[in-house]
Amino acid sequence: MNASPVVTLDGVQKWYGEYHALRGVQLTVNGGERIVICGPSGSGKSTLIRCINGLEPHDSGTITVNGIELAPDLKRIDEVRREVGMVFQSFNLFPHLTILENCTLAQIWARQRPKAEAEEIARHFLARVKIPEQALKYPGQLSGGQQQRVAIARALCMKPKIMLFDEPTSALDAEMVNEVLDIMVSLAREGMTMICVTHEMGFARAVADRVLFMDAGQIVEENAPAEFFERPRHERTRAFLGKLAVRPAAVG
Amino acid sequence: MSAATTTRHSLLRALFGNLASSLGTVAIGAFLLMAVPHLFSWAVINGVWQGGGDACTGDGACWSFLRAKFRFILFGIYPPGEQWRPAAVVVILIALTLWTLPRSHWTQRTLGLWIGGVVLSLVFMGGGIAGLQAVPTAAWGGLPITLLLTVLSLALGFPLATLLAVGRRSQLPVIRFLCVSFIEIVRALPLVSLLFIAAILVPLLLPEWLTIDNLARALVALTASSAAYLAEVLRGGLEGVHRGQAEAARALSLSHWQTLRLIVLPQAIRNVIPPLTNTAVVVVKNTSLVLVVGLFDLLSAGRAALSDPAWPAPYAETYLAVALIYFLICFGISRYSRSLETQR
Repeated sequence: MNASPVVTLDGVQKWYGEYHALRGVQLTVNGGERIVICGPSGSGKSTLIRCINGLEPHDSGTITVNGIELAPDLKRIDEVRREVGMVFQSFNLFPHLTILENCTLAQIWARQRPKAEAEEIARHFLARVKIPEQALKYPGQLSGGQQQRVAIARALCMKPKIMLFDEPTSALDAEMVNEVLDIMVSLAREGMTMICVTHEMGFARAVADRVLFMDAGQIVEENAPAEFFERPRHERTRAFLGKLAVRPAAVG
Repeated sequence: MSAATTTRHSLLRALFGNLASSLGTVAIGAFLLMAVPHLFSWAVINGVWQGGGDACTGDGACWSFLRAKFRFILFGIYPPGEQWRPAAVVVILIALTLWTLPRSHWTQRTLGLWIGGVVLSLVFMGGGIAGLQAVPTAAWGGLPITLLLTVLSLALGFPLATLLAVGRRSQLPVIRFLCVSFIEIVRALPLVSLLFIAAILVPLLLPEWLTIDNLARALVALTASSAAYLAEVLRGGLEGVHRGQAEAARALSLSHWQTLRLIVLPQAIRNVIPPLTNTAVVVVKNTSLVLVVGLFDLLSAGRAALSDPAWPAPYAETYLAVALIYFLICFGISRYSRSLETQR
C-alpha cells in the first residue's frame, strides 16, 4: 500500500450564496486508503467530494490531488479529473449512447486511445462489473443496479488513481444495492483509493480504513470503523448512528 | 357482432352520435354534394388538356397551361437552352436529401457530399466556368431557388442557432447579451422587413465596391431568421438535458466543448425534433417571401407565368400546382421527423 497522501484538503471553505457548505475542512487521504463519509443530508459530504474533482469550485483553502493543486484554473482541473473517477447517485449514464459507447467515449476523446483499444478496455471492465453481455444495449434497457455497475466500469476505463462515490446506492431499489456494493468491495480489496459518501454501514465496516462523520459543513469525527460504530465519541455522531440503526446492514 | 358491423356501428356513432355531430355531418355532406360534382366537372369533364391559350375559353380547368408553362414555373426566366442545368441542380439537391435520410449516413463524408453538392449546384446555376454560359443570379428562378434557399438557410442557420442557443446560456455577460439581442431583434422583425433591410438598406450602408449579390443578401436575411427561431427551439432542448449529464462528462475529463458536442447537444436536439421540424417547414415556406425583393422563387415564377397575355391567366391551376410542390416538400419533412422520433 502506498502511504503517501494522494488527496489533501486544507482549510477548505465553500459557500452557496449565504449558505456556508464547507467550514474549514481538513482531510488527508493516503494512496490505497478507503474512506467512508457519512452524515445527515445537507452536512456537506457531497459538496466535499465534488470539490475534489472540481465539479464545485471551492472558495478558499487548498485541495491537492495527486500532487496537483486544484485552482479555478481549468487546465489543472482537467489534469486532476484524469486521475479521479466519479460515480453518481443518479448514475448519469449517457442515454443516447450504447453501454459500450458510454465506456469508450471519454477514452477516445479525452485520452486519445484508438477505438479498438478503448473497446477492449471497456469490455474488460464491463466483465469486471459482471455485465459483459449488455455492451450493445442502451442505458434505458438496464436495471438501476446494472446501470450503476456500468457507471463504475465507465469510470474505471479511464484508469483512475482515485475513485469518488457519491451515494452510489441511494437511488437503487433495495434488492439491487448489494450487486453494486459487491463491486465496490472487490475494488477496495484490490487496493483502489476510494472516497465514498454512503450510508451503507455494512460496507463501511467491511472495507473502510476510516469513517468520517460530517455535520454542518465540518468533519465532526473520524475513526476506524470498529471504533466509530462501537464507541462514537461525539454526541451528534451518536444521534446520527441511532437513526441509522433501524436499517439492517446490507453487506456482512 | 361481426367486425364489419362493429366498424359500421362506430362509424355511425362518430357521424350521428349526438345532435352537434349530426348537424355537422349533414352540413358537411350537403357542402360536399354541391362542391364535388362542380369540382369534378371543372377539373375533369370540362378540363382542357390540349391546345394553346385560345382553347381555354370554357368553364374548365386549363391544365394545358401547366403543360405549356411547367418549365417556366420550375425554372423561371433561366435561359431555355440551358435549363438542363437548374434541372440537374434540383436532381442533385433531392438526391443528396434522400441520401442523408438514414441515420447511418450522418457522417463526415455526407457533410462533404453536401458541401460538394451545393458548390456544384452554384457552379451549374451560375456557369461562367468549364465552358458553361454565365447566367447572372437575376435570371435564376423557380424550384432551384426555393430548394437552394431552403437548404442553405437551414444548413447555415443551424450551426449559427447552436452557437446562439449555447451563447444565450453563457456565463459571460457580453456573449449572452449579443446572443439575446440578435435573437430578440430578428424575431421581433417580420421576415419581409428583414428581407427589405438586407436588399435595400445594407447596400446603402456598404461602400460602393462592396456590392453583395441580391440572392446572397436574401439568403443572409433568411439565415438570420431561421437561426433565431432554431436557436430558441434548441435552447428549450438544452434546458431539458439533466445537469448530471454534463457533470458526468466533465468528471470523465471531457473538455467543455466535447461535453457540449458529444453529450449535451445530441440529447438536446433529440428532445426537440417536433418543434425543429415545425421551424424547418416554416423556413421552407418563408423562402417564398423573397419575391418581395425581386427574386424568382417557385411561387413568383408561377405568378410571372400567369402574366402571359396569350393565356387566360388560370390562377387556380397554377397555384394548385405550386402548392402541390410545397406540400410534397413539407409533408416529406414532417413524415421524416416522425420516423426519427420513433427511432433510437
